[in-house]
Order: sequence, then structure tokens, then C-alpha cells
Amino acid sequence: MSRTALLLLADGRFPAGGHAHSGGMEAAVASGCVHDTAGLEAFCRGRLHTAGLTAAGLAAAAATGHDPLALDEAADTRTPAPALRRIARSLGRQLMRAARVTWPGAELDHLARHRPQGAHQPIVLGVTARAAGLSPLDAAHAAAYESVGGPATAAVRLLSLDPFEATSVLARLAGDCDAVAAAAAEAAERVAAEGVTVLPAVSAPLLDITGEQHAARPVRLFAS
Amino acid sequence: MHLDHPLTMPHRYTHSADPERPDGSHRALRIGFGGPVGSGKTATVAALCRTLRDRLSIAVVTNDIYTQEDAAFLRREAVLPPERITAVETGACPHTAIRDDISANLEAVEQLEQDLGPLDLILIESGGDNLTATFSRGLADTQVFVIDVASGDDIPRKGGPGITTADLLVVNKTDLAPYVGADLDTMRADTRRQRGDLPYAFTSLTAPDGIRPVTDWVTERLAAWHAGVPR
Amino acid sequence: MTAAAAQVSAGESSTPRAKDLPTARAHPAGLHATARLTAVHNGRTTTLPLLHSDGPFHLRRLRPRGDRARVCVLGAMSAPLGGDRLALDITAGARTRLEVTTAAATIALRGSTTDPATYDVRLTAGEDASLHWLPRPLISTRGSTLHQTYRVELTATSHLLLREEQLLGRTAEPPGHLSTRLTVRRDGRPVLDQHTVYGAPAPAWDGPAVLGGHRATGQLLLVAPEPVPLPAPVLLGDPERGHCVLAPLADGAALLATAVAPTPARLRVLLDTALAHVRDATSSL
Repeated sequence: MSRTALLLLADGRFPAGGHAHSGGMEAAVASGCVHDTAGLEAFCRGRLHTAGLTAAGLAAAAATGHDPLALDEAADTRTPAPALRRIARSLGRQLMRAARVTWPGAELDHLARHRPQGAHQPIVLGVTARAAGLSPLDAAHAAAYESVGGPATAAVRLLSLDPFEATSVLARLAGDCDAVAAAAAEAAERVAAEGVTVLPAVSAPLLDITGEQHAARPVRLFAS
Repeated sequence: MHLDHPLTMPHRYTHSADPERPDGSHRALRIGFGGPVGSGKTATVAALCRTLRDRLSIAVVTNDIYTQEDAAFLRREAVLPPERITAVETGACPHTAIRDDISANLEAVEQLEQDLGPLDLILIESGGDNLTATFSRGLADTQVFVIDVASGDDIPRKGGPGITTADLLVVNKTDLAPYVGADLDTMRADTRRQRGDLPYAFTSLTAPDGIRPVTDWVTERLAAWHAGVPR
Repeated sequence: MTAAAAQVSAGESSTPRAKDLPTARAHPAGLHATARLTAVHNGRTTTLPLLHSDGPFHLRRLRPRGDRARVCVLGAMSAPLGGDRLALDITAGARTRLEVTTAAATIALRGSTTDPATYDVRLTAGEDASLHWLPRPLISTRGSTLHQTYRVELTATSHLLLREEQLLGRTAEPPGHLSTRLTVRRDGRPVLDQHTVYGAPAPAWDGPAVLGGHRATGQLLLVAPEPVPLPAPVLLGDPERGHCVLAPLADGAALLATAVAPTPARLRVLLDTALAHVRDATSSL
């Protein structure tokens, strides 16, 4: 594996559309659930161990080379909120665009051809990791980190939080991120033999509820 | 008209999207409209649509700070049918969406082309930002920077990438000059000094046909685009 | 919370406690019990040839409502306790119409061991069958650990209405640990695969991404043979008094309402309102 490729893929500046998404943070702020650094940390920890773990499992499985279309279906059944399915596919399509230029390859082309409107973002992330020569565990790390990095950046913009405090939240979550990535990669290893049901499917009711509320809001800063 | 050439300004001659469609026809010309808040970007786009919509197939992508506001204005003003106007969210960072990470805007542009069929012109309006915000060449083929007289007659002198390098600089709201004490001659002189031979237009959209200089420039760019002449 | 908890305990005390039902635990180390219920259509109506009570589950016929056969699961003893292995197997055969309820809240208790308890609910509906599973809430109490699974198998022509409500802790009490995996398959294809985990040691389970301090959460799931037209997702409630979203799953023939609320009473109001919207959207109930 190339450690630099992983840094590149996980970098918030990788031009795949993530900057316009708050990962549910804007909705959490709007509903009064998050207003300080402690709230940010609780939000990120909760998202990491639910939606983050599920995304990491899907990404890791895609990075093993397992059929991405089957995994895309598994992502659909793990995403009950239509707004979040729409966002996941839109982000998947944007990541696909960046990935095909950055690490061109037949597997990305194949997925793009079969999901022209976008596959779920974690699936594209996994196939991209594979194209970049990264391991399933790397893909899981990227997905897990992304599940908290987006909300933290958004919280800085939404709440004018101290950026050093927000970054220290991410540093405190490093151990959790590692554990989530390891669990996701371990499940992904079993997919070939046992099927996609072994992948994590952890969900968080509030992310689904507020995700749908956010999509219906006429005025918002972030797309999700 | 343009003195810069590929050796001195190579970035001005790169496209990330092929100007031709797979069938060999030209895709739509994409024009970016940037500039500070309140300078009249939306009004300029609206006036262009009204003037050109009968002879060209046009679509608009807006990048609002708060999603949908500019798009809602354009829809309310009925400058185009609603399906020709798309809003892109920018996550409180409008310049990122048009320069550093253009993927959401490219998605919007391509979706419009896919839904509406061949288009002549796609106008991409950036969210109001500062004087440094410019469009990536991967997103816009050519770009217009809109400033206004009422924000201070020293703005052209201050310069910045938008003012010095945009393919067209629009200095809007000239009708307000007497009320805000702006010296148009100074602004004109500063503009020339900042832009060399790059074109600019002083406009007052409240005047009849006040958009004319911009319309003419767009028509010219479109003709050059179809002729395959690089910018 | 108090009013809601009172409502729950009222539900408990109203549980029929027939004298002939066992009340003491026969297997203090952990109980293994599987109750089974099968409905078939005899050409005229839905009948219940198999009602197999076991362990804490006492199955009782209720008077049918219209052409829908009804069964109530009575809690015959405290369950689940730590170490218990409980299962409930419900099959609605082809063309049957069946509703299954519970008489009282199911209360997960610690028991004499901190071992996890398991509770597996298997719901199977055949061709043109309609199965409603509408139990009372599950309450996770301090010190308990329960792994619950719902495995729902449907055919392309089955109807399902499923409600599940969970209350995390009794009044002024932290909950135990409650994990629930819900998988719904139609014609062998997954429709919904969902896992929720609440209560320590689950990280940040009551934080702003998961339950936001609410103690009651629940879902209402409708699966129909045809796509269910819902013009737009239905948004109910507010962050303080509880909120809920009703929206279609990726398989458009399924609608899911997801709710969180401060009390079980508020949760029920939200899910009942969602159900009214479901009834408006489809004639298949």
C-alpha cells in the first residue's frame, strides 16, 4: 500500500464534493442538539459508531473486490432515509468523477457504467481505494475518518467553534476510528464466504430523522 | 482583443471537459459569474436570460450562500422555466464550490444537459464572495466578474484575481454614481490599468437595454466557441 | 417521563395473570423457549391450527376483527432475563390475515447473571398473506443485556405491518444494553437491514447523532406488494417533544416511520399519526 495515497484520499481537500456536506451537523445544530465542543464530540462519536461503521464496512468490502453492485444494494437496504440515499449517491458520483481522473482503472469504469447516477459513496470509496492500491483496512479508515471529519469542519463554520478545539475532538476520536475501521475490515473479510449480511448495519434514528428534515428545509448552508 | 497567450498564461488555455460531445457537436459554453455580494450578479444573469432566451437554449446554476435564494429569485422572476435553473449548496464556502472542488457544480451542469438536451449556454453564478474568488477552468470556459459602483470607486484600484484576470469585468450600477459620490472616470482609468487590454463594461441595468454590452460580449464568445477559437 | 412510565406500568399490571400460568422460573440459569404460531387459510377464513406456548410465552386466541385472526402473547413469567434464549416463530400462511399483539410490555431484566439474553422474533408471511405484528413496548432495564433479532421473510405478494417500540430504562434509571437487528426480505431479497445498539457500553448512544437524550424510540414498517404512493416524506413532531419521519425505503413498496421521543406515550402518538398517513397512502391495510 501507499501511505501517501491514503492521505490523499482521506484529505478533506480531495475534490469530491464533501465540503458542501455537514454529515447531519447542520441539522443537529438547527434542532438545538449541538452548540459546543462537547456536543460536537458526542455527535461525532455517535455518528462514527453507527453510520460511520456501516459506511466503513461497505467501503472495506468494496476494497476487497467484492461485487460493488451487490454492495450498492446492501447500502440501499442499510439507508432507510431517502434523503440520505440521494446524498450518498450524489457524493458517490462526485467521488467517482475525481477518482477516475486520479486513479483511472477498469473497476471504476465498470461501476460508473452500471451506476451512471452514482453508487453509494462508501462503495465508490472502496473501489477507489482499490484502484489506488490501498487495502480494505485503509478504505475502512478513510470512511471512518470521513464520518467525523465532515461534521467537525462544518461545526467550525456553523458554530464558529475554535478550530483547534474541533481538531482536538478528532484527535480524541482516533482510537475509536481505528477500532471502527478494524471491525469493519474484519467483517469485510468474511463477505466473500458469508455474504453481505455480515457487514455492519448500525443505524442512528436521529441521523435518519434529521437528515430528512434537513432535505425539506428551504434555507440551509450544507447539502446534508 | 486578448494579448495573453498560452506561454504566459497557460492556465487560461486548459479545459478539463472536452468542448465537443461524443457526437462531434459542441457542448454548451459555460460562463461563470463571480463578484462580491450585492454587486448585481443575479440581476445580470436575469437580464441576460431575458435578452437571449428567445434565440438560445440557456440554463442557470446558482451557488447560493443560503441555498435556493438566488435560484428562487430567478424562478420567481420567470427569466427561464424552473427546470432550467438548478441550485448548488456550497457549505458556507462559495469559492470552494467554483474553484477548489468543482464536483457539485459539474454534476449540476451535466444533469441539466442530460435533462434538457443540447444547450447553447450555461450560466454559473457563484455565491457572493470576495475579490479573490475565481472559477476553475475545469468548470467555466470563460468568466465574468461583476463589481458595482456603490461599493466604492476604489474597488478597481484594489484589484484581485477577479478584477485583473476575469474575461470580462462588469462595473454595475453606474446610475448610482452621483448618489454615492463615485468617480466613474477614476474607476475607468483604474480598470484599464488593472486589466490591460482585457475587456470591461460599465452597466446600468435600470436603463433600457442596459445589459447590452454584456449581451454583445456573450454573443461574441459564443460565436468564437462554435468556431473553435480558444478564448 | 413519569406519566409515560405510569402508563407503561399500568399496562403491566393489567396483564392477565391466570392462576394456572407458571410464575416461578424453572431454569434460573437461563431459559430456552420457542413459542410457535401458524395461521392457515381453510378456503373460507383464517384458522390457527398451531398455537404452541412455551416458557414465558403464553399464546391466546382473541376474537377475530373482521376476517383477521388475532392472537395475544401473554407474559407467563419474567423474561427475558440474563442467559435466556427466547424465540417466537410466527407464520401467516398463504391468504391468511393475522394480527399478533402482546398483552404487556416486554421487560428485559438482569436476572441472576449478567450474561446476555437473546430474543429472536421470526415473522413469515406467505403469498397474499397479511401479517400485523403490533406488540407493546420493550423496556430495557438497568443491568440487563438483550440481543434481539427480527427476521422477516415475505413473498412478493405479502403484506406486513410491524411496529416496535423501545423504552430505554424505567423512570430515572439508566437502561441496560439493548441491541436489535432487523432484517426484512421479500422474495429472498433484502428490503431493510438495520442494527440499533443502545445503552452502555455502546458509545454516545444517547448523544445528538443517535437518540439526542430521548428515552423512547420506535419504528413502524409497512411492506405491500405494490409501490406505496407517498408524495413526500412525512415529518412529524419537534426535537423537544419527539419527532418522526415516514418515508419510503429504496424498495418503494415499503414505508418506514422512525421516531424518537421523550416518553413512550409521545412515541405512540407519533407512530399512530404515521400510521394514519400510511392508511391514507394505501388501501392495503
